[in-house]
Amino acid sequence: MATLPIRASSIGAADTGARRRIRARLPAAFALLPTALIVLVVYIGCMIWTVRLSFTSSTLLPKFDWVGMAQYNRLFLNDRFLTSAENIVIFGVLFISGCLIIGFLMAVFIDQNVRGEGLFRTVFLYPYSMSFVVTGVAWQWFLNPGLGLQKLVRDMGFESFTFDWLVNQKMAIYTIVIAGLWHGAGLTMAILLAGLRGVDADLWKAAKVDGIPTWRVYTSVILPLLRPMVITATVLLATGVVKLYDLVVAMTLGGPGIATEVPAKFVMDHLFERNNIALGTAAATIMLITVVIVLAPWVYARYVRPQGRPA
Amino acid sequence: MTAVSVRDVSVAFEAVRVFDGLSLDIEQGEFIVLLGPSGCGKSTLLNAVAGLLDVANGQIWIDGRNVTWEEPKDRGIAMVFQSYALYPRMSVRENMSFGLKMAKTPRAEIEKRVAKAADLLQITPLLDRRPDQLSGGQRQRVAIGRALVRDAAVFLFDEPLSNLDAKLRNELRVEIKRLHARLGKTTMIYVTHDQIEAMTLADRIVVMKEQKIQQIGSPDEIYRRPANLFVAGFVGSPQMNFIKGRLESTGEGLSFLAGDRHLPLSSYPFVTTPVPGQNVVLGVRPEHLEITGQGLWPGFKVDIVEPMGADTVIWCSDGTGSLQVRTTGSRRAAPGDNLTLHVDALQVSLFSAETGDRL
Amino acid sequence: MTAAIEPQGRRPRRLTAGRIGVYMFLVTAALFFLLPLWIMVMTSLKPMEEIRLGNILSLPAAMTFDAWSKAWSSACTGLECNGISVGFWNSVRILIPSVILSIIAGAINGYALSFWRVKGANVLFGVLLLGAFIPYQVFLYPLVRIFSLTGIYNSLLCIVLVHVIFGLPTMTLLFRNYYAGLPIELFKAARIDGGGFWSIFLRVILPMSTPILVVATILQVTGIWNDFIFGLTFAGRENLPMTVQLNNIVHSTQGERAYNVDMAATMLAALVPLVIYFVSGRWFVRGIAAGAVKG
Repeated sequence: MATLPIRASSIGAADTGARRRIRARLPAAFALLPTALIVLVVYIGCMIWTVRLSFTSSTLLPKFDWVGMAQYNRLFLNDRFLTSAENIVIFGVLFISGCLIIGFLMAVFIDQNVRGEGLFRTVFLYPYSMSFVVTGVAWQWFLNPGLGLQKLVRDMGFESFTFDWLVNQKMAIYTIVIAGLWHGAGLTMAILLAGLRGVDADLWKAAKVDGIPTWRVYTSVILPLLRPMVITATVLLATGVVKLYDLVVAMTLGGPGIATEVPAKFVMDHLFERNNIALGTAAATIMLITVVIVLAPWVYARYVRPQGRPA
Repeated sequence: MTAVSVRDVSVAFEAVRVFDGLSLDIEQGEFIVLLGPSGCGKSTLLNAVAGLLDVANGQIWIDGRNVTWEEPKDRGIAMVFQSYALYPRMSVRENMSFGLKMAKTPRAEIEKRVAKAADLLQITPLLDRRPDQLSGGQRQRVAIGRALVRDAAVFLFDEPLSNLDAKLRNELRVEIKRLHARLGKTTMIYVTHDQIEAMTLADRIVVMKEQKIQQIGSPDEIYRRPANLFVAGFVGSPQMNFIKGRLESTGEGLSFLAGDRHLPLSSYPFVTTPVPGQNVVLGVRPEHLEITGQGLWPGFKVDIVEPMGADTVIWCSDGTGSLQVRTTGSRRAAPGDNLTLHVDALQVSLFSAETGDRL
Repeated sequence: MTAAIEPQGRRPRRLTAGRIGVYMFLVTAALFFLLPLWIMVMTSLKPMEEIRLGNILSLPAAMTFDAWSKAWSSACTGLECNGISVGFWNSVRILIPSVILSIIAGAINGYALSFWRVKGANVLFGVLLLGAFIPYQVFLYPLVRIFSLTGIYNSLLCIVLVHVIFGLPTMTLLFRNYYAGLPIELFKAARIDGGGFWSIFLRVILPMSTPILVVATILQVTGIWNDFIFGLTFAGRENLPMTVQLNNIVHSTQGERAYNVDMAATMLAALVPLVIYFVSGRWFVRGIAAGAVKG
């Protein structure tokens, strides 16, 4: 099996050939071009633009001066922003943990070979199909102290019953959490239930033969197996937390007072109503940084670490 | 005439080099089987010939044309895949004519070729069915039919029978061989990890391991004169027996010595000049160990007897090592029996213990 | 006498305390999830006099669809009083082109990314994916400026473009993952048969994409229908979608709020996604699970 000395004589031909081969792929590159442009202009360009604006003194119209960290200093002295930040932490922690716990319980209970499983699943998940505006309006009506739940319970004879969280400065944010849970818990249930159904049936047989109590199997064997689904659900819920805006607008408009302000609303208000572009973009930049910090470990675990194995 | 010539080809995925400077020439009309364990690079080589991946270096010639940078469709090849790869939403007829339609072949010509191929493969009644209405064997016939209509000079098979059950595999294997004979001048390159497919189909087998060609030869050569320990162990079932020992000069000339056993090698066809005292591995196929009344190697005891119908495999040992002996099915032996074995130096293989290469 | 061998020991009871507990939990949870919907429907069917009496749970004593017709055609969204039907048709006009275009874009991207090796495509996909996590507020103001400069701000085209742009990450991911699951050999076979980029896409890949097209449609229809922030920011006064109109109705009433009209409007706004949800069933779950960034 002799190898012919061909390299030297055919370099030129191979070169034009390579070009021909690339031409076959040209439509693919062409098809991706609009997306590439959007990524460049919108996702990267607009992001940089926003960050840049946060270092200016822009108010109604954008200016391109440089005031350093001035807007950020103002931001962290701004009551409305501090309340927003505090609220989003409260909402985020309670909403995510609440959805995970309720969702997991619902998934486990549905997984007990119950009758009407499809019905329960449908009922638990339907709120997720509706918009936050609808959710907010519905819960605003339900929790309305004058004619809603409070009045209902009082009419049933419990005269001293009080449930006025919606109009209570201290408690209003928790009504947002409740509405959020109502909207999102079913999603967690659906994701975790899919995970439960994916568990190897032999595992259950083995546990049964070993005489391990069911709850114990769930906590020690199944829950660790569901880790990827829990992570997926958490990421999904977390992106929902960051975007929290419509629900608040529909339910409380940020009130009573500024009790239920959230960062996304702070940004929107300052950009489009309060004519304070610089402060708004500064708040948006803080949101961006927070998301990056929260996201970094997940991206690292998911995309950077497993690079050892072939793609 | 050379039909396919792979010249000094290198392939790289991302930054990892898969091949480095691999060369192979295939004659027109030849049936070549690329044989090796999974991950040995045989499929990668086939894909490179098909033009489905870019070579980093070197050239590929088909029918006297440098096709290194040609599109797959322009290379004059047809390909059959392990998973059939039939277009699921097209009927059998549409599957077979898709390539011709792409090439803007006249409709009458398409119909003629599809009918001919369908007839050859006896799938004419299936022409209007969808792939999901076909059995595995029928699907693979259709896939072969799709390749046939292309009128290609070179057929590429990528483990085409691996998804089928044993009985169908045997049937289609014979059919592929028949097809090759009927087509006459069509060159076939066939990738498999199944040594029976390789032995039965190939004019020449290319044994590969770890992205390198280990040996090229006729099935007989590969079986009888394996080029190294890997080929010797990979081809043949039950596996070749390996005995470690060394070469010694004795009164009868050069001999193989292992413990107190020896084998005179005066008739062994050395391919290199042997060095007395060298550590070697002796390879003996199970069927080349003869059970006799008085032979070279007495003192073996039967461990296990595996009747296999036509043959019987007897596992025996002498305390230092275990050997498999293949005899005719009628041979009776029971565990504990004493055996004396005879070996013919003409039928053994000797390998260097150091490099594993044939001596 | 031969007797059949009976199983020995106590036969386990079907309905144990545990089983009852399971059902109690599930029913309680179901009530929690159904309650707001029940209240919405009941309120929307009552006249205001009945609502003022309280008891939001009760069935309407005098059932009326007045609130529904008022919500549809004459409720006030700020200064105009043409009902939520205006928003409904705006939403439809936004929805159709947005869904079609974003799915086409996602399918082509996903196809190009999973089958064709284009230089830099992985980087592009990575940035796109990260973009899915960035809060929209980071992009909004510059986008408004860009659209103002090009003169299409506050138009149907503008809001459709915004939906396509921000639908790109999810749609691309969805199709890329689906196509990555198809056997690569199919693509190879089509290449050998002489298919090019577009012919393989149209003749081989697209005909196999029905399931993912259904999932993508469900995802985009509900997502775009439910959008509030983009409609508010980019659609312009003439094209405000239903969600924004609903919010205006609820928050712009002067004097006593007509809760029955509010609830009827809310139900109307929820109707399209609810119908999709109930009709699509498991596909909906598949959609959100697939949309859950798992690339």
